Amino acid sequence: MKLHLWRRYRFAASHRLHSTQFGEEENRRIYGKCNNPYGHGHNYVVEVAVSGPVNEATGMIANLADLDAYVEREVIEPFDHTYLNEEITEFREHVPTTENICIEVFNRLRNFPSATLERVRVEETGLNSFEYAGEPAGATDE
Amino acid sequence: MVYLTRKIEFSASHLYHNPAFSAEENRRVFGKCNNPHGHGHNYVLEVTVAGDPDPATGMVLDLKELKEILQREVSDRMDHRFLNYEVPELAGKIPTCENIATVIWRLLEPKITRGHLNRVRLYETPDLFVDCYGEGHENGAHASGGNPR
Repeated sequence: MKLHLWRRYRFAASHRLHSTQFGEEENRRIYGKCNNPYGHGHNYVVEVAVSGPVNEATGMIANLADLDAYVEREVIEPFDHTYLNEEITEFREHVPTTENICIEVFNRLRNFPSATLERVRVEETGLNSFEYAGEPAGATDE
Repeated sequence: MVYLTRKIEFSASHLYHNPAFSAEENRRVFGKCNNPHGHGHNYVLEVTVAGDPDPATGMVLDLKELKEILQREVSDRMDHRFLNYEVPELAGKIPTCENIATVIWRLLEPKITRGHLNRVRLYETPDLFVDCYGEGHENGAHASGGNPR
């Protein structure tokens, strides 16, 4: 039986969309209001899906307490109430679009020991969201 | 291929307890969910059926038919019930979201005779849910039978 266990988390952070590969004017043209030099913030929602056999004794793919502690340590604690561009090493090099946040969250969670990480979905606002399922061919064909 | 999803809600109580564990181990593994009096949730169930629309009706399957199947197989069995004691399909199992979703898949899969059951998504709370794809997988190809037209 193929099952994905999903859990939903939240963090609030600020960012600025600005690429060193473009000049000032082009950054303004491409990123619009998101290029504001002072940054701006969002209430992000992170959904994490893991899979694995259901343990007969517990009825669980993974104990939620373990998953919560792992996500808290790897993502929520470092990301929450920060300026992503400056405080997350990855985003000093890469623009913290929600696409890149999604990939970074996936990479931070991929070694979760109790189950297999399947997919990460990040909502920047209630109106837009992004999903990433890692790179192996066939895993991201949706 | 078109995917159609119907949503229902049901309210039920449950508790997590494995008689093979000591009282202390039950508390450690299951935490608050081990409260012997049980506790409840408003479950939200989303059932997705995949298929090609019938050229004559424009429908994958009649929503009314799906609604009746969900009422009979899920709501009548689980709504306002204590899942541990009143749902025979869960007897001897810990009624986690994983196990309930699996039971619902097995109840619905043989009843969906137009299109085929693609996904059962069960929310225990808005922050915790399970997707069940049966023995197939989520991108539409399926190994679980059904009746695609």
